[in-house]
Order: sequence, then structure tokens, then C-alpha cells
Amino acid sequence: MTKELKYVGKRAVRLDGLEKVTAAAKYVDDLEFGPAMYYVAVLESPYAHAIIKSIDTSEAEKMPGVKAVLSGKDFPEKFGLYLKDNSIFPADRVRYVGEQVAAVVAETPAQAKAAVKKIKVEYEPLPVLQNPLEAIKPDAPLIHPDLGKYEVVPWLYPQPGTNIAHVRKIRKGDVDKAFEEADYILEDWYHVPHVVHAPMETHISVALFSYDGRLTMWNSTQSPHTQRNIIANSLKIPHKNVRVIAPYVGGGFGGKAGINMEVIAAVAAMKVPGHPVKLRWTRRQEFFNTSQRQELYAHIKMGVNKEGKIIALKHELFWDVGASAEYGSNVVNATGFSATGPYYIPNVYIDSFAVYTNRPPCGAYRGFGYSEFHFGIESHMDRMAKMIGMDPVEFRRKNAIRRGQSVAYGVEMNPTGILECIDKVAEKIEWGKEDKSPDPTKVRAKGFAAVWKAPAMPPNESSAAFIKFSEDGSINILVSGMELGQGFLTAMAKIAAEELQLPLEKIRVELPDTDRNPYEWQTVASHVTWSCGNAVRRAAIDARNQILNTVSRAYHIDKANLYLEDGKVKCYTDPEFELPFEKFVIDGIEMPDGTYRGGPIMGHGMFMPEFTSAKVNPETGLGGHPNVHYTTGAGAVEIEIDKETGRIRVIKMAEAFDAGKAINPDLVEGQIVGGFVQGLGTALWEEVKFDENGRILNPNFTDYKIPTALDVPREMHPIIVEVPQPDGPFGARGIAEHTMIPVMPAVANAVENALGIRIKEVPITPEKILNALKEKEQNKQ
Amino acid sequence: MKREIKFTLNGEPVKIDVMPNEKLLDVLRDRLGVKSPKHGCGRGECGACTVLLNGKTIRSCITLAIEVDGQEITTLEGLEKDGMTELQKSFLEHNSFQCGFCAPGMTLTATELLRKNPHPDEEEIREAIAGNLCRCTGYKNIVDAIVDVSKKG
Repeated sequence: MTKELKYVGKRAVRLDGLEKVTAAAKYVDDLEFGPAMYYVAVLESPYAHAIIKSIDTSEAEKMPGVKAVLSGKDFPEKFGLYLKDNSIFPADRVRYVGEQVAAVVAETPAQAKAAVKKIKVEYEPLPVLQNPLEAIKPDAPLIHPDLGKYEVVPWLYPQPGTNIAHVRKIRKGDVDKAFEEADYILEDWYHVPHVVHAPMETHISVALFSYDGRLTMWNSTQSPHTQRNIIANSLKIPHKNVRVIAPYVGGGFGGKAGINMEVIAAVAAMKVPGHPVKLRWTRRQEFFNTSQRQELYAHIKMGVNKEGKIIALKHELFWDVGASAEYGSNVVNATGFSATGPYYIPNVYIDSFAVYTNRPPCGAYRGFGYSEFHFGIESHMDRMAKMIGMDPVEFRRKNAIRRGQSVAYGVEMNPTGILECIDKVAEKIEWGKEDKSPDPTKVRAKGFAAVWKAPAMPPNESSAAFIKFSEDGSINILVSGMELGQGFLTAMAKIAAEELQLPLEKIRVELPDTDRNPYEWQTVASHVTWSCGNAVRRAAIDARNQILNTVSRAYHIDKANLYLEDGKVKCYTDPEFELPFEKFVIDGIEMPDGTYRGGPIMGHGMFMPEFTSAKVNPETGLGGHPNVHYTTGAGAVEIEIDKETGRIRVIKMAEAFDAGKAINPDLVEGQIVGGFVQGLGTALWEEVKFDENGRILNPNFTDYKIPTALDVPREMHPIIVEVPQPDGPFGARGIAEHTMIPVMPAVANAVENALGIRIKEVPITPEKILNALKEKEQNKQ
Repeated sequence: MKREIKFTLNGEPVKIDVMPNEKLLDVLRDRLGVKSPKHGCGRGECGACTVLLNGKTIRSCITLAIEVDGQEITTLEGLEKDGMTELQKSFLEHNSFQCGFCAPGMTLTATELLRKNPHPDEEEIREAIAGNLCRCTGYKNIVDAIVDVSKKG
């Protein structure tokens, strides 16, 4: 029976809209903690790589207002999500500029800062490694000599005695033989530098260690339960005594996934029981000491036959994961499984290396590595298409992976609307139609890219939900997914609304509090609509069953004859029967004898993808089921380049993604536009610049440009495709990260179509354009 | 070292002792409990701390509190005292914001624009809000909401 959906898929004002337009929404820094609050300041390493010979905190301890000074002597524990290689404070060596060496807790921020300056640290500088292609060499100095001793999940493979934190290999078919059979072969290198998330709200944590031994934290985070787990395990506090409260987050993009500077606040609080301590990163610290996006050097060799079918791919990925791979090793892992791009390729060889350097630790960043490797793959696709004389869109259509074909690790592809995405984007961008600039110094051209991405998760990730009713028939949904702006609260509300036939005005969805809300692994991987959505749907079905049971028992009506509509229970066989939720969901139903039936309705639901497994052959990547499913999509841009200045303007974009079912269509469109613009920043402007000592040269918004309202295309076409995901709530799958992925290659492809130059390194700056044009001229002569 | 300053904050008189190096943003947020201006960069680059000084937008993170002695400061709390403005309603209707952190600053900047120029075109709107950074939305729904208001009245 297919019922028409009343809430899911319909436009709506977002649940958090009113709070945000009125500034009622509270972020961590907006909360009040009273006059007992202390402040934390951190001493940062001036060296990218050095032995810590000694730390003398005695003068700092004597400074006015100082309550505690902390360093690696006090807290030598290692922590990490996947690979425990990160330090709360390093005891023996620093590995990047800006790393926290010590911290001061004081009565005021100024006192804390002044005292930090009095800490004396003696360093012995070591060679600084900044390039993964150098750091991977067998004779390179070691950044983590203890790599073999760190705790690690079973599906990552650190290589002790090297700077390789992990390598993911895929060996499918026989690439050597396939390259012999290929009619066309192209190989080349592509480079994507480090970029930063740049959320408007910097990292912030407030922690209170109370005298009863409880640690309560208020964090700007995507991962409250994961933070609780890491903190409880690292600091040996029972989980029930660690509470993480997560108010609204002012932008995450992966940067607030897992745990970061919050560990410093946690240990600082433990030194001053009874006093909340606040640690707020400056914008500068946000650049120096949070996870950045990995840098990637990718080498691609692709073999194609005369019919235009890709028959072989060798893709080697050298990722600079920075000084810690505690989270970034999983980016390297995930992309290793998927570095074919959204194509069926029978013979695949992938090596994806996580290489330590003396740059800031890298981790999750919207796209989780897929943006970086798609830059190479999708640039390469255009070049191969030109080589064989085929239209690049047609070449992508011909090779696009179909449902049931095997992905690189041998599992069948899920249902997918990739062809529809490609076709709709081509239509909207008017692919093949030439557009001339009215200005003769400017050229216009279009560029295309197709993409895919799977959530990168441990096989036992899970979500849980409670739904509780109030006297007036309204509900509070308790979940621990995080509203990052993507529309999570609204999606969960609509899923519950649909199953309970309850208007959205009667639904609240609560922000996470690990004491009260049930478990959620993390709000990452564009998976919460799918995973937590399934949990909420089950909780709503559970609540519905309780409602129907109560009414059935009290009125002696067969459950099968009851249904829900507009917050009321109705009956198919008795059109007169109508019982609003508020009549019984708390107080029950009164019987003729004055007794009551029922009681508070409270649904619960959980979800774990029980079909996934990370157990694969480390040498081939085959034999397991590491990903739940892929979301596919396509994107295209039309650009205008000023030939005299090299300046690029993107004047039009179209992007389509297969959302399975868009629970919030207008918010999905908002994700597509917002993700596109974030991608545009990385295509044209954004790059973290380092000097030869590993110090960041542009840690602010003047020198690190993110897009403004003037920089974005005036014409944007977000397109939703819906080929249902069989195990998704109402068929939904995630799309939020994917929206960034097509942009870098689409712009690079447009540049080649405009000027005949191939830029293989982002950002595509005017300087690179002019240099390439100059080179092209010289080659002609 | 402390000096008493008097100014009007959202229509109410305020008297407070400030240090000469105290930033207006910190005084508003930490001492007066006005939380809508946000700390984003501390360098006047992102616009999250925008407030109105005598009706004109300033960056409160790079403004010293003593500088507003005798002046009139308006934050989002002041704008919405008598209920949501047409602009706020339009932002709500367009689902203009995602994480919401830039919203108060963006709202004040757009308010200043609409007061000076009640019917700006799209490019004038983009020019006006170009100093207010938003990392989430790509600005489209923000601009659309302001365009809608500009067409009314």
C-alpha cells in the first residue's frame, strides 16, 4: 500500500528557524556559567618538530590569578578515534607549530594569557617534514617512533618504523593485463593542498568537574557521545559520570567531529573542581590547531578501450595527514575503497597512504577525502574523453556505475540515479551550447563532473531515538544527532510526523545531552538522515503501536481498524470515532468503572546497519562490506575567464544529487547551494600556506579567502533526483557533503574548455592561469 | 584606569565602568548579557559581531567600549523588541540560515541597507552584505529574503 506522504517531501519552515532569526538560539559561548568560571589559555609550540627537553612552569604558577598549570607531565594519556596517536599534551616531542604544550587556568582570560608567557620550554629542533612524498621515503626521519605501540582499530594498518599511519589497498581483477589490452592510456599527477573548515564559530568548550566526580562539558561538537566515550576511556572516568551537552553549533563541516581541543578543557577542569573552565579558540588557533583537510598528491593511470569503456585504473594516493592520524587515517581508508569515482571499472589497483608530516593534524572535512580524489579522477575523465574523441558527458554516462555492478571492493552497487543526475545537470547547464561573453577579453566555457560518496563509518555505527508525549499531544524527540545547519531537526520531525500523523507544530527535536538523549555515533558522513532517521521512524512506529494498543484495549476496537490522522486516532469502521492524542497519551483512557487504561506513551527505536563488515583482506580490500551505500550526483559550471588578468568568475552552476527521497526538499536545495559555494572556495581561492618551518602564513580571513556574497554565481540550479534507498527512511540517503565534491574538477575542466590549458593543482588562481597561458604560447613558438 | 561610560543600548540607558582596552563585543556579551553579536574572528573580518552605532553598522570586536560613550548601540535584541521585523520574517520564510551563527550580524547589515535604500537591487544587496561571511548557505536564501523585502512597501 503506498500512501501519499503528508509531511515527508513537503516544504516547511525549518524547526530551528525561529530561534536562529531571533538570536534565541544559544551557542556554547552564549551560555552563562556564573562568577566562579575560570579561563584556560594554551602555550603553543613554536616548532613544527622538536624534542621537548624540559618544561618549567614554576614562574607561571606564581602569576596573579593562576589556579593551575598543566602539561604532559600531568596528562601523558594518548587519545584518538581510530588510532590513538594524539596527545592531550605531548610529553616528549612536538610535531606541529601551534600544538598545545601546556595550559594555564586562571581567574581571567588576561591572567591566563600572561601566565602562559612565563612557562619556559627547552626544545631541541628536529628536521621538519612537510611533504608526504618525502615523508614516505624509507630514510625519512620518524614523526611517530612509537607507531607500533599505539592502540588502533583492527581495520587500519599502521606501518611501524615508517611515517605511514595506514595504507588501504584494492586489488581487483588484473590491471597489468588490462593496461596491455587498453587502446588508450593516460597517466598524470594531481595535487590538492590543505584547506580549513572555517566555521564562523570557532571551537569552544566549557568543562566543569564537580566534587562528586562528575565531568560535565558544554561543547560545540558534532560528536557528543563519541567525545564522552573518548574522554571517559582516556581519563578513566565511568561513562555515567561524563556528560556532554551540545548546544547549537556555529558550523561544523567535519571540523567538530570526533574530539579536538575539548580534551584540554576536560583535564583543565579536573585540576580546579567546582569551577567551570572555558577554552575558546581564537580564529588564529582555529587555523593552527584544529583538524585541517588532508593534502593529496594523486597519481592516476587509466586505460580505456576503443568503445570508450574504462578497463583499468591504477590510482595511488599520498595523503598528508599531518602530525596525527587519529581521525584522518579513516579518510585515507574510506577513499581507498572508493577512488574509482562513480564508474564501473573491472580492473582496479589502489594504494591509499596516510603519511605523517609536521603539519597540523588532519581529519574529517565535508566530503571526507572524496573532493580531493575526485579532483584527479574527474579531471582525468575529461582528458581521457578528449583523447578518445568522445564527449566528456557521454564518456561519463557510458562508464557510470549501475545498480548491481561491482564496486572496487567487490560488493554490488546500490540503486542509484547517477544517469538521471548526469542528464539533468547537462540539460540545465545547456551542455554543448556555446555561450560567448559580450566582452572580447573574456571567454566563457563549461565544465562537468560526476561524483559519488559513501558514508565512512565503523561497521557497528548506530543511532537511537526516544519519542515522548506531553499532555497536549505534542512530542519531544530525543536523539543525539546534531543540528549543524543541515536541517537534521526538521528531517527527524518530519519522519516522526509522517508515522504519527502529527502536525509539525506539535513536534520538538532536542539537541544532544548524553545524560538524557539516547546514543548516536556521530553527526558525520552525511548519514544521520538515513541512520538516525531510521531510529526515529522505528521510535514513531513503536509509539504508534502503543497508541493503537491503548485505544484498542479501552474501546474494544480491533487495532487493524484504527488509524492516525491529524493528531487523532480514527476508525475505519466507525467514522464517528475520533480520539485526539491529548485525551489519553499521558493520562490514559477512563473506563466506565472509573479505572484507567494506558499511561504515558513513549516510543523508542534504534538502528545499526547489520550487513556491514570491515573485515577485508588487507592486501586486496576484498571480502568485506565496508560501506552501506553510495550517493551519486553530478555538477557543472559555466565560467568566464578574463584572459588579461586570469580571473575566473563562475556565472552559472547546476548540481544534481540522488537523495533517494528528499525529506526536506528545500533544505536539500540549500545544502546543494551551500556545498557548491564551499567547494568553489577550494576551487578558486582557498589554500593554507606554510613557510619552510611549518608555520601557517595566512591564519585569518584577510589572507585566507572564503567566498563572500559577491563571489558566487548569480544563477544556481540545485536539482533533486530520487531513486529510493531500500533501507533508508522513506527511501532517503544523505547528500550534504556530496554537494562540494564536483566543484574543483568541474572548474578545472571548464578552464581547459575555455583556454586549452590543464590546471592540475587547486586553487586555480589567476597566477596559475596566466603562467599556463604563457607556457602554452612558448610551446607554440 | 577604569572609566565610566554612558550609552544607549537598545533604547535603554546604560552606565558601566570599562577598561580602556575593553572591546565593545566583550562588554556587550560578557558584562551586559547581550548575546546576539557573536565572536567570529576578533579582527573585524567576518561580520558576526556587527552592531549598529547610531544606526550604522560597526564591528564590535574591533571597537573599544569607551568609544561608544554617549552614543546609541542597537543589537538584534533591540530591533526585535516589538516583535520580528519584516526582514526577520522573510529570513524565516526563506529558510535563509543554516547554522545561524552569522544571522544576527547579517540581519543588522541588511537592516542598515534597507533603511538607507528601501528598494535595493540584487547587486546592491550582495555588495552590502559582502562583509558578512557565511560558510553554510552560499548566500542565496539570504539574498532572496532581502530581495523579497525590498520589493515591498
